Amino acid sequence: MTQPRKKSIRGLLLASDSALSVMVVLLGFLCGTLLIVLVGRNPLGMYKAIIQVLTGYSIKLEKWNVRYVGEWLAQSMPFILCGFSMGFAARTGLFNIGGEGQYVVGLTVAEIFALIGPRIPVVHWVLALCIAVLAGGIWGGIVGWLKAKFEVSEVVATIMLNYIALYLSRIVIMRIPGTNTYKTPDFPQTALLSNSFLSKLTHGSLFNLGFIFVLLSVVIYWFIIEKTKLGFALRATGFNRDAAKCSGIPVAKSIFLSMAISGAFAGLAGGIVALGSFKYGRVLSGNDGYGFAGIAVALVGNNTALGTTFAGLLFGMLSSAQALMQSNGIPKEITFIIQGLVVVFIAIRTGFRMLITYSMKKKEAEKNVSTE
Amino acid sequence: MSVLSSIFGKLPTILMLVSPILITATGGMICERSGVVNIALEGLMVFGAFAAATIHYFLEPVFGVWSIWLALFAGSLFGLIFSYIHAFASVSLNADQTVSGTGINLLANGVTIFLAQILFKQDRTRQFRLGMMPGPGGIYPTAYIALAVILVAWFVLYRRKFGLRLRACGENPQAAASVGIDVLKIRYIAVLTSGFLAGLAGGCLVLTTNTQFNSTTVNGHGFIALAVVSFGRWKPLGITGASLLFGTALAFSIIASDYTLLRSLPTEVFNIMPYAITLLTLVIFSGKNYAPQESGKPYEKGGS
Repeated sequence: MTQPRKKSIRGLLLASDSALSVMVVLLGFLCGTLLIVLVGRNPLGMYKAIIQVLTGYSIKLEKWNVRYVGEWLAQSMPFILCGFSMGFAARTGLFNIGGEGQYVVGLTVAEIFALIGPRIPVVHWVLALCIAVLAGGIWGGIVGWLKAKFEVSEVVATIMLNYIALYLSRIVIMRIPGTNTYKTPDFPQTALLSNSFLSKLTHGSLFNLGFIFVLLSVVIYWFIIEKTKLGFALRATGFNRDAAKCSGIPVAKSIFLSMAISGAFAGLAGGIVALGSFKYGRVLSGNDGYGFAGIAVALVGNNTALGTTFAGLLFGMLSSAQALMQSNGIPKEITFIIQGLVVVFIAIRTGFRMLITYSMKKKEAEKNVSTE
Repeated sequence: MSVLSSIFGKLPTILMLVSPILITATGGMICERSGVVNIALEGLMVFGAFAAATIHYFLEPVFGVWSIWLALFAGSLFGLIFSYIHAFASVSLNADQTVSGTGINLLANGVTIFLAQILFKQDRTRQFRLGMMPGPGGIYPTAYIALAVILVAWFVLYRRKFGLRLRACGENPQAAASVGIDVLKIRYIAVLTSGFLAGLAGGCLVLTTNTQFNSTTVNGHGFIALAVVSFGRWKPLGITGASLLFGTALAFSIIASDYTLLRSLPTEVFNIMPYAITLLTLVIFSGKNYAPQESGKPYEKGGS
């Protein structure tokens, strides 16, 4: 006897990936809160910081400042884009752990173009971002090509390319005249993404014109995946590579394109951070971490356009709340712990599902016994 | 040849850098031979390095030089504990092994620095006075540990019944199960062993190359070890050779400063070398697949 599934929380968790994601995030926060209590700090400090980021209202000072909201949105942009980078590859059954490298390549190229490109208003930064997209795409495409042609594991290849990108970026940036050990000369005004209107609107935050590109990306991501023949081929490759091959889908091309488009999203993230958050090029001493966080973002967002956007906003919120948490006496690393926990929980969600199904079956069995 | 003799003179440095990679890679090899991909090696090394540095800092005033060994043991234990998450997720719950490994990697950076902030009120551990002391010939004891680890691993994998069973679990778990081998148990043991070894390696790394733990202590050594496993074709001799190659490449940035010709190049060129070599070798050795057949795939019992 199969009864129509009741609208219980359990049923919802079984049926909907989004509900499961929400639960996983809540569970992550719960564990984080417990950990803070465990080490003898006040978890309210974390939530006060989060509220201040989300609304701009500081409970401590009893003051509104919309700048925090602006910083949150600005901070979320690279997370959303790196989430797309991971998610797009995941739709083709590939694990793009190389978002970080693709991000660094985009960042570096944008910085160089900002310094040497034609100083025409608007054209300058638009071109810089386009080149960043292209560079990220090439960096990701290399992995796709290696995977399709030589069957090199994309996981190992992307990790190697992450490090190669980081050191290449240092070599190239340090060659720019006038660069000291940590920064290049300032960018010309025409290369910057900052906009006086947006800045005024958000009380002087870093929120910038990059958001136009992010919005475009959301639409493009959704459109390619859901509405185009290419997206269908990619998804089919992800579901069952052999079946896709048999039905005439060019699997090798799908893999290459998927990684290239993946890389393009991460490259854009690099471009936006380079020209939106800084006024000079940086000699990177380590990874910014957006690429790695992007893995978690896509996992939480179930690789969908909307889900990943929300997940990116969540991670951006955690990231921009870090400084406030630290000043409230909470080690800011708690945000990394929550991110890590969320990913671990997502990994074991099949287990959650098994557990729920098991307990539902048990309940049903008990019911059957009692009605008999 | 002055270059050769110079490299020979730098042997202690090379061995110091090779040892942690070899120990971790051995664990990774065991894990993959049993059929579980462990991308969490990096994070487990971070846990091990943090625990070793912390324990050594606290115990050094009490036990002096001997606290090194307690620190190494603590590091191994920490690695083992956190690898249990990976074992539980990927063996018991059939989770995506790459996702669960990535989760541990993310967790490692968060948890260790968080604990450092609580214990030391800064984003790294406090400095210990003396790390591990080199033995005769300037060679650190970690080199002997690494040698012992790889020899024992070879012996168990190829000369013991348990090793044969472990390899069977990676090649064809269904067949292994059909002759009464407990696949899940063996995979658990393999993952926990790799966690133990990665933790040990993290401890070796921090006690020989550093005087404190910070967020850049491990800096990709676990990922290098992961590459070493596939470059070494999942065989003890292969990964020993691969580790030596990588260690030498890493040491090159130190050695290069002795030569005016090489000094003119940015050090980043040498930093890139190990990663570029890996990528290149993966391409060269592609086509024929040496990986254990069922590595990375969850094992589900047939029937029910």
